[in-house]
Amino acid sequence: MHHGATALAMHSTSPSIQPNSNRLSVGKVVRLLAVLSGSAWLAGCDLIVMNPAGDVAVQQRNLIIASTALMLLVIVPVIALTFVFAWRYRATNTDATYDPDWHHSTQLEVVIWTVPLLIIIALGAMTWISTHTLDPYRPLSRIAPNQPVPADVKPLSVEVVALDWKWLFIYPELGIASVNEMAAPANVPITFRITSSSVWNTFYVPAMAGMIYAMPGMQTKLHAVMNQEGDFTGISGQYSGSGFSRMNFKFRSLNQQGFDEWVAKVRSATGPLDRNVYTELEKPSEAVPIQHYGTVEGGLFDAILGLCVAPGQMCVHEMHHIDRMGGSSEGSEENRKRLDYDNRRLERGEEPSGATFPASGRAPRSPEEPQGVMPRGDDNANRPGSGQPGAGSGPAPSQLNTQPNEPHRH
Amino acid sequence: MFSDSNLLQFIFGRLTIDAIPYHDPILVGTFLVVAVIGTAILAAITWYGKWGYLWREWFTSVDHKKIGIMYIVLAIVMLLRGFADAIMMITQKALAVGASEGYLPPHHYDQIFTAHGTIMIFFMAMPFVTGIMNYIMPLQIGARDVAFPFLNNFSFWMTVGGAILIMMSLFVGEFSRATWLAYPPLSGSAYSPGVGVDYYIWGLQIAGVGTTLSGINLIATIVKMRAPGMTMMKIPIFCWTTLCSNALIVTIFPVLTATLTLLALDRYVGTRFFTNDFGGNSMLYMNLIWIWGHPEVYVLILPAFGIFSEVVSTFCGKRLFGYTSMVYATAVIAVISWLVWLHHFFTMGSGASVNAFFGITTMIISIPTGAKVFNWLFTMYRGRIRFETPMIWVMGFIPTFVLGGLTGVLLAVPPADFVLHNSLFLVAHFHNVIIGGVVFGLFSGVNYWFPKAFGFKLDPFWGKVSFWCWLAGFWVVFTPIYALGLMGVTRRTQHFEDPSLQPYLLVAAFGAFIILAGILALLVQLAVSYFKRAQLRDTTGDPWHGRTLEWSTTSPPPPYNFAFTPVVHDLDAWWDMKNRGHDHPLEGFKPIHMPKNTSTGVFLAVLSTALGFALVWYIWWLAALSFVGLIAVAIHHTFNYNRDYYIPAEDVVRFESHRMAQPAGGA
Repeated sequence: MHHGATALAMHSTSPSIQPNSNRLSVGKVVRLLAVLSGSAWLAGCDLIVMNPAGDVAVQQRNLIIASTALMLLVIVPVIALTFVFAWRYRATNTDATYDPDWHHSTQLEVVIWTVPLLIIIALGAMTWISTHTLDPYRPLSRIAPNQPVPADVKPLSVEVVALDWKWLFIYPELGIASVNEMAAPANVPITFRITSSSVWNTFYVPAMAGMIYAMPGMQTKLHAVMNQEGDFTGISGQYSGSGFSRMNFKFRSLNQQGFDEWVAKVRSATGPLDRNVYTELEKPSEAVPIQHYGTVEGGLFDAILGLCVAPGQMCVHEMHHIDRMGGSSEGSEENRKRLDYDNRRLERGEEPSGATFPASGRAPRSPEEPQGVMPRGDDNANRPGSGQPGAGSGPAPSQLNTQPNEPHRH
Repeated sequence: MFSDSNLLQFIFGRLTIDAIPYHDPILVGTFLVVAVIGTAILAAITWYGKWGYLWREWFTSVDHKKIGIMYIVLAIVMLLRGFADAIMMITQKALAVGASEGYLPPHHYDQIFTAHGTIMIFFMAMPFVTGIMNYIMPLQIGARDVAFPFLNNFSFWMTVGGAILIMMSLFVGEFSRATWLAYPPLSGSAYSPGVGVDYYIWGLQIAGVGTTLSGINLIATIVKMRAPGMTMMKIPIFCWTTLCSNALIVTIFPVLTATLTLLALDRYVGTRFFTNDFGGNSMLYMNLIWIWGHPEVYVLILPAFGIFSEVVSTFCGKRLFGYTSMVYATAVIAVISWLVWLHHFFTMGSGASVNAFFGITTMIISIPTGAKVFNWLFTMYRGRIRFETPMIWVMGFIPTFVLGGLTGVLLAVPPADFVLHNSLFLVAHFHNVIIGGVVFGLFSGVNYWFPKAFGFKLDPFWGKVSFWCWLAGFWVVFTPIYALGLMGVTRRTQHFEDPSLQPYLLVAAFGAFIILAGILALLVQLAVSYFKRAQLRDTTGDPWHGRTLEWSTTSPPPPYNFAFTPVVHDLDAWWDMKNRGHDHPLEGFKPIHMPKNTSTGVFLAVLSTALGFALVWYIWWLAALSFVGLIAVAIHHTFNYNRDYYIPAEDVVRFESHRMAQPAGGA
């Protein structure tokens, strides 16, 4: 079943073992598609989704092309007929037949319901099969077209935590961690376990594979592989607050030697990543530079997942265990406190991130930047078109009365 | 001192002078503009002594036609606000590339995109659609008003109340930054402290009461008040789409109300429905909100489909092709729209079979939708197509919408969605169907039915200018935005690091100004048409050679719509009458029983808005007072037995004979 599905998903490009020639034919298809959609000028730019570097994303791209082609079978005639009919039956064209009572034709009705139906049956079959083969939870069976995962290759495990507003990558087997940078050897399957510390994000490396949500207290999985070496960008696809726009990371796809060197470099970094360091790291911050941790406290990811990194905190799975055992009335009041997940430290008196009046002393829409958000500095205030005073210890008095340069009817 | 601050806190809750953003130049400037325009309008009304007229003839009116017009006025005002947000967003995006920060910090920008989505869906598209349904549907079924005229007035004012609360957040406090659907945990009190999300919740809750009641009202009207002889398979297609749309409303808006109530409980009393800890489940919210949210788009698009069907049939001078299959297509779309909500979060990690199921149900919707497009095409086939302004919008709609449908089906394929979810491709897709479908449909409908409502046509030149600006503007904005989506650019970012994206963003921003020209052309069209109304006057009541019953009465119709209830023998009842040589009766009139105006709706909405404001700012005494007031006014209204009156037969005679004295022809 899996094999057949692959063939179906790939039918619009010629499967090829060599990444280079494969990329060429794909490029052609992309350009063809761009021309078809009447926007040939797009073909010159970096449509990473249409020209990815990982096998999963390539298959997803192929699916986009195949579905589009299928739908164009009906859409092109519809658009053409619209203009043909509009021109032919314009009121001034008295040569055209006018049949004001013609409003039904069983044959035609059958056709106009059947044609979309057939296309949807084909697309539905494609969807059913590809959704199963490209299920992010399913371990990879190949690393490239016609290239099964070699028996001796063990997938690389990476634990991903979406923090406000940066990414933490823990390599459990290597005992290292890094912030806003991850590396992986090309052509080796990667198994991601993904969670978040506060709100929802999506983990997305467009060149590698589709995205999946990172959710607090929950774990999602993704299996993917990168086939080309190079530096790629990873993002969050789900808005998560003030620092979201800069929540990007660097994905370095390296050869095995390069990866080993990268690991050695991270190992040599001084700091360990233990619960205390994590608790500091977890605080909201924006545009965070790359950081490396040579060692990682064991079980940290599971503690993050269980919302129990803070000392004394009870993990969610511990509570689940108590519940499964029939619950406990003894100590439930203490347990309640230990289950309170206060990762913004509001109950410890810290100011809520991004908060303004009345939750904090800051005025709403104040020029002061909320906690964790990087200062929008002087270059901002000086730039023409900026109506926003720069960040600082208070409002800049000279700018209080300036009208915005661009009038906005709001 | 201490007791003073306690007293102040009691009186004003958490509202203090700090809540007024007087230090933000953008908002101060906005406030000045709003204040100047608002004062000018109020002064003009006072100067011309129109307050009494407005109150008696409009605000307290239970006439479905006046309420319909007021809904549309509200929608156009909110369109201007929502579009101002759009322009600010796109210019920020175009400027904030690389080293530049643009002019909106995240804190402000995030409120703007949240407000844009919330306003455009809840306070622009919804009132617009409801307004047209309100105005046209009773006329099309030969009714004198809706089933519950008071409820109609009340529904409208509740919508206004919600809109006022949302607008108030501009100048008192701030708006939500948690996106237009307020996903927890981000919208929870831990991550969105402050009043923004509370404004969002109560604004939507108040407007939601209006929407739900209006849905019930319009369903009851179609089911119970059709003219004799008008069986369900003889009602105009627009009424079918109205029926299906309102059936969706009454099934989904309670879900929205319940979902927002749970979120409000989380925020106000510390329940744990959607929190991270204590078994709260934010995925539950995602499901609930989209069980409302997906059918909601069909609530909007179905009446637009109905408008296109009426317009195509009228301007092709031809009966709608495949009426029966159109009816079934509409009903099938409505039913399946309940079964597709999960496609909004394929990336949440559901199993492959679940994702595939919802992907396929989503694609199935394209079958009846495709059938509809073919039906419009074959209505054009062998027609005599007059390209008047309403029909031009249809010509822009079909190609635009069909391409939007293509990208929509693409997003319904789960593995494809994994790479496109939440990207600018998605943003382009839903604007493609909402602008290309809903907005084009509404403007087509406005141009089509305006002469019915006001007795003169809209100026065709400015109408066409508006159309071309919208069409060109739409594609100039969203072609680069589609492309950006394929470059892996996600939505809701306030800043871009990659400078190579800037050209696309600049093109998109330029396109937004073309759309702005389209909106201005619409306003100019309204003004020009008003001044040229003598030239554009239609005295026949049937300027387009229409087919359905609304064209059989005068323009504008009398308060009672029809002096005699029409008897219907065929689909396209008015066309049928014209073909069989109809005659307007000139005698035998009887007094007409009509509902009386009431101010209760206004009072209830004012109290609801006060309640919402009090809850946002924790002004508990005001909340309690306005809540008790609400109950008291509602109970008091049930004792109002002075609810109806008769239009004397002489008045009917006078009106009808006056109408007959008008010269025939003129269209």
